[in-house]
Amino acid sequence: MGTRTCGHKISYSEPGPGDGGRTGSWRVLRPIINLDRCTPAKRNTKACFICWLCCPDGVISRSLPPTINYQYCKGCGICAEECPMNAIEMVEEVSLIKEEK
Amino acid sequence: MHAKTNIFNLPETEFVHPGNRACAGCGLGIAYRIGLKALGKDTILVVPPSCLTVLQGLYPIAATKLPCLNVTFASAAAAATGVIGALQAFGREGINVVAWAGDGGTSDIGLQALSGAAERESNFIYICYDNEAYMNTGVQRSGTTPCGALTATTPIKGKLQKKKDVPAIMAAHHISYVASCSAAYPIDLYDKIKKATGMTGTKYIHIHTPCPPGWGFDPRYTIKMGKLAVESGLYDLYEIECDQFRLTDASEKLLKKKKLRDVDKYFKSQGRFKIMTDDQISAIREDIHRKWEAYWG
Amino acid sequence: MYTIESGNVAAALGVKLAGAQVIAAYPITPQTPLTEKLSEFIESREMDAQYIPVESEHSALAVCIAASTAGARAFTATSANGLLYMHEQIHWAAGARLPLVMCVVNRGVGAPWTVWNDHQDSISQRDTGWIQMYVCDHQQIVDTVIKAFRLAEAVSIPVMVCYDGYLLSHTYMPFDIPDQKSVDGFLSPYRPEYALDPDKPANFNTVTLPDVRADIHGRMSHGYMEVRYLLQEDMRKAIDVAGDIEKRFKQIFGRGGEPYVESYRCEDAEFIAVSMGSLAYQLRDVVDMLRDEGYKVGIAAIRLYRPFPDQAIAKTLEKAKGVIVFEKALSYGYQGPLCADIQSALYAQSNGRKKRPSVYPYILGLGGREIKTGDLINAVRRVCTETSTDTPDTLGWIGLKI
Repeated sequence: MGTRTCGHKISYSEPGPGDGGRTGSWRVLRPIINLDRCTPAKRNTKACFICWLCCPDGVISRSLPPTINYQYCKGCGICAEECPMNAIEMVEEVSLIKEEK
Repeated sequence: MHAKTNIFNLPETEFVHPGNRACAGCGLGIAYRIGLKALGKDTILVVPPSCLTVLQGLYPIAATKLPCLNVTFASAAAAATGVIGALQAFGREGINVVAWAGDGGTSDIGLQALSGAAERESNFIYICYDNEAYMNTGVQRSGTTPCGALTATTPIKGKLQKKKDVPAIMAAHHISYVASCSAAYPIDLYDKIKKATGMTGTKYIHIHTPCPPGWGFDPRYTIKMGKLAVESGLYDLYEIECDQFRLTDASEKLLKKKKLRDVDKYFKSQGRFKIMTDDQISAIREDIHRKWEAYWG
Repeated sequence: MYTIESGNVAAALGVKLAGAQVIAAYPITPQTPLTEKLSEFIESREMDAQYIPVESEHSALAVCIAASTAGARAFTATSANGLLYMHEQIHWAAGARLPLVMCVVNRGVGAPWTVWNDHQDSISQRDTGWIQMYVCDHQQIVDTVIKAFRLAEAVSIPVMVCYDGYLLSHTYMPFDIPDQKSVDGFLSPYRPEYALDPDKPANFNTVTLPDVRADIHGRMSHGYMEVRYLLQEDMRKAIDVAGDIEKRFKQIFGRGGEPYVESYRCEDAEFIAVSMGSLAYQLRDVVDMLRDEGYKVGIAAIRLYRPFPDQAIAKTLEKAKGVIVFEKALSYGYQGPLCADIQSALYAQSNGRKKRPSVYPYILGLGGREIKTGDLINAVRRVCTETSTDTPDTLGWIGLKI
């Protein structure tokens, strides 16, 4: 016998995160925010947040300081490219994983 | 009068879950995320096949936190009319009915249904995100692919014909609102969609959405590429309300500045234009200048 | 209340009585008087519904699909090439399990152009997952439209009500218009199991994988094959449901009662003619005349074509020596689709028995070719006097002038 399924008689999908899995695993480069250069972090006040605005995946928070959800960040680098203070550096995952190990 | 929209007063609520299947750096990803903030919770979406179908997820998990109906390729606008018909039958008001389709689903296979819905003055917003080819099926040419672009079906010579001007076609229907915006200008995009939600009749919004794999550029440059298209006067941000045309945001600034960036950089920074000759680029440059001379008056 | 009206008006009255909320249609002959009548009902406020004058049949069904997904009772009608232009949407509506009702005013399909009647249009949509009902007269049109909504909503499967172009659509016959109160007692308001709702966001008809997959609660959900399996299962169950609905209808309105096969003088018949639509009633004359000549013949009108009520059909036909199938459609390169279905039903039913009825296939009436009663009598008489009991290996053509 195969797996018993339950569910709908039509294709009816409920909203939830991670439909594509942990898309953080797609990443080749990891964006790392340098809080010494990040305007809202430095001033501890609402400012800039261009990284939050431009992120296609909504994985950067509009908080003090801004944080990145690495579970889902695909590593596109738009945040690093658009940051007016060059506060976000794209670092090779390979080197970071080695370090973490 | 509302306070001017800025990064700080954009709604916090996200209607798109992270971990969806869109490619890294997807221009649609930005437009969809910001656009849904403008539409808000009381929205029903209708989506034909496109990259958005992929972004939205596979059964039984959905990436979008709004009710959404997937429909056949040619039928987005007609299906939106059907949703409106049902809501009217129930006497239910205050729900935005929105068809969100790609450029193929709009300018090619879906154009008849869109024209029909617009002529019927169906009360809905039609959003076309234009990544300028059939990206979901592997980058084949569409009606909005620009001249000169290499695609999987124009693999050697590039597309030889001009891009179809869908907003102009929609403006010719004399609908309530036509707007052109870009994923590279999220606030302008937000404002236009928000404005459309307050209007009755058919509202058409065209969004330029750079596509890193389809256009051949590094995903980090999605916004840069969209801005280059606007700043070089190739793709304009505007709105047409009561048949009145008005440039907005960065395009409006160009109107005052009376100076465009050279379009050469836009073409040189994308793989899809690599076979374009300087003569071809010069011809386009001339077209752009002729258009802008008319704007400048 | 009795009236004398056209078949198209009978259909429009059925749609009005059933309380359809969203109607979308595109003009095509011979369907137009039906949708014209509906738009008149709506504009004059005789009927409270939304009429959406779309720019194509493809869009007509798109409107109905979306309106139904949003929870409304939806209706459309078309014919011939209009139906074929909907084809993609027809599959979609069934896979999405939407209880739409569509009248197909049967007409031959191009090329070459024809506006006259045959059954090729609806028969070619046989395998789309829609229920198909065929009717013989105006009373059946109005009644079947009402029953179709109830059946569609009971099993979440769309229904086509098929009636002959011109022969029924444009002819005038007396029929009883059911009263609204009785219809309301028979057909309750539509309560969808799923609906587009901002308060309960969900994504409908998303891409579905070949294999099963866990949902956000960790429960294993269907793959594409399970979704389609359930359509088949519910389609088969719809045979019994259609029977129950027919009984209920008869209790309230005092007519009907034969949801699958409408038999005429079949009890002791040695030869039974089988047909669908108005031709079945023309064949009653043939049967009466041949009975007068001493031939034991009957006529079985197939009323439900999909799901195919194979057991009821086999039961009606199994004791006959011969079955003569008169069809207005072809599966090109083989034979009439109904004939193949009947042979298949008889084969399964009489498994292990010595003798099955011989089956005689005839094609007639394509593109509106006149069907002469004399030709039908000759065809049936010929079969009755046939000495060989083998099923013939060639297709008979009636009225062919070649």
